[in-house]
Amino acid sequence: MRLLEYQGKELFDQYGIRIPRSSLANNIDEARNGAKKLGYPIILKSQLTVGGRGKAGAIVKCKSEQELEPKFKELLHKEVKGELPRGILLEEMADIRKELYLSLFLNRTKRCYSLISSAEGGVDIESAANRVVVDVPIDGLSAQTAEDTAGKLGLTGKAIISFVDFTTKLSRLVNEKEAELAEINPVAILRDNSLLALDSKVIIDDNAVFRHPELKKYEHISELEKQAEISGFSLVELDGNIAIIGNGAGLVMSTLDMVSDAGGKAGAFLDFGGRATTESIYEALKVISKIDRIDSILVNLFGGIVRTNLVAQAILDAYKNNLINVPVFARISGAESEKAREMLNGSKAKLYNTVEEAIQAAVAALKE
Amino acid sequence: MNDKTIEKTFDIFDILVGSRGDNDYAKKPVVIQGITGSYGSTHTRLMKAYGTNVAAGVTPGKGGQTFEGIPVYDTMGDAVKATGARISGMFVPAPYFLKAAIEALDSGIKLLVAIPEHVPIRDSIKVLEYAEKKGAKMVGPNTPGVIVPEVMKVGIMPAQPFKPGNTVVLSRSGTLMYEVSYNLSMRGFGQRLCLGIGGDPVNGTNLIEAFDLVRNRSDIDSVVVVGEIGGDAEEQLAEYIVRTSFDKPVIAYIAGRAAPKEKRMGHAGAIVYGNFGSAESKVSNYAKAGVPVAKRPAEVPDLLAGKLKK
Repeated sequence: MRLLEYQGKELFDQYGIRIPRSSLANNIDEARNGAKKLGYPIILKSQLTVGGRGKAGAIVKCKSEQELEPKFKELLHKEVKGELPRGILLEEMADIRKELYLSLFLNRTKRCYSLISSAEGGVDIESAANRVVVDVPIDGLSAQTAEDTAGKLGLTGKAIISFVDFTTKLSRLVNEKEAELAEINPVAILRDNSLLALDSKVIIDDNAVFRHPELKKYEHISELEKQAEISGFSLVELDGNIAIIGNGAGLVMSTLDMVSDAGGKAGAFLDFGGRATTESIYEALKVISKIDRIDSILVNLFGGIVRTNLVAQAILDAYKNNLINVPVFARISGAESEKAREMLNGSKAKLYNTVEEAIQAAVAALKE
Repeated sequence: MNDKTIEKTFDIFDILVGSRGDNDYAKKPVVIQGITGSYGSTHTRLMKAYGTNVAAGVTPGKGGQTFEGIPVYDTMGDAVKATGARISGMFVPAPYFLKAAIEALDSGIKLLVAIPEHVPIRDSIKVLEYAEKKGAKMVGPNTPGVIVPEVMKVGIMPAQPFKPGNTVVLSRSGTLMYEVSYNLSMRGFGQRLCLGIGGDPVNGTNLIEAFDLVRNRSDIDSVVVVGEIGGDAEEQLAEYIVRTSFDKPVIAYIAGRAAPKEKRMGHAGAIVYGNFGSAESKVSNYAKAGVPVAKRPAEVPDLLAGKLKK
């Protein structure tokens, strides 16, 4: 679960990690009230889950009340990488002496956290020079490690004490909230050598959210994703027009690659999990039927335990009940495939022997 | 013996199958945790039919019952005492996984095959740290399990795709493990072992550890690695192949080339951040290690045939 900047900052605040004074606004009235409390100049920051906000012009400075309305409204309606903001964060401007990069990130290979920092803040960390990377055990960062890191970053005096306090608090947050990533880029060192979190990027382990009811309020899923989740499916909406349904995330990803290689564009990724039954395929078609841009459905099932005729029946039922009327191109390896082929005769669905053939047919049909 | 030596001498074939001459050769007892659940019971039947010696099951509160003639116990302690099992097939729901795994390790289990999806990462790491202390290993979580074709399987994989032979299939995806193994079997490349690494960010047995398990075996002539976007397991593996001069042919497949960035593609571990975890990064690292990457599952046997001829 990727938190928005203001949500991550709410967590920072709860852990005593200092953040700028700020106010979230979803409309111009809220913006006016917020700005009045903060006093100008302020920064307007679009609340998005996609990266690259600065470059996309979704973070702007606002010097006066006259500027507020046009700038706020422009930002509120500005799409970045296909995403509209969920609110605009108004923030006071800080008196910055220096900027740092700081993150705690779950290192999959080492099975611990990595504390990554750099004396060069505000830039993409992959391109930052002089990165300092330290392994941190899952039970937390020690003050000694934090102090050593501060030294490597060239901090001195009071800034070291502030850095140790700041990072140990961030480590506690990451551990208690089961985050995969907590990134602050940049961290500002102010004139008085105290530290301030100017941004936040926090990702919580989705599988651990059940233990954190207090984070539930940050969950943001569409009606469609909710429906998919209830059925136990993984759904990712994409911008093309071919829906890809299959049993297993890897298999569906693989099909997506092959569709793309064949010149097609996927409009949905739907993995309905290990158990392929008549009900699950019918439910999957139901979810797909709610996505308008879908022109055809590609089904790739690797069977074994799947009975092909049951899948064929589910597809026929979906046509009969007017759930779908777009063509279905299916590859289903499993028992009774001859019977399934006969059943689908005369319908808009067709069974193919290999996934490659099904994809070729689906892509060719859309080009007609 | 310290932890490191236990790690080095861990032999998955010895645990799963044993040595010729063992009384229970190819019939090593397995305990199923969660045997009476819908998933656990379905697959217990299938594992038994395949030849796995499912010697006991555990479901708290159902001790004393039997399932398909298999005794059910309340605790892992009782089940292990009664059977001497060193393998547990875990079919417990994710929220109970941590407790069940610790109980299994405390009872002397040496190999956990962790089937459940949606286990919190922190729980996986805790189990791994504890397993290491106990000289045990975990496969998974979020894995289809392990299969030694036509001998035994612990997991949820169907039987048909797998045929005995001399290659090894390691996979981060379940259905792709079946798909690739099926393609290999059809072309006469049987498998000595197929092992599901798991689709989570943290894996009990990662690719490098799985390579360590098979590198010195004369009955294995090649390794097929089915990977996907997310993380740097493939990059690390490529570096390992070069560093340790791994001398068996390796063929790879990577799913998710066309997936968008920053979207979780079904598996918890399948997500690209920036260039980290991208298919391009994996393919270019594999190229440095001389590992060919198939464009689609059906191409894997072609590439393997090319490598084995040389």
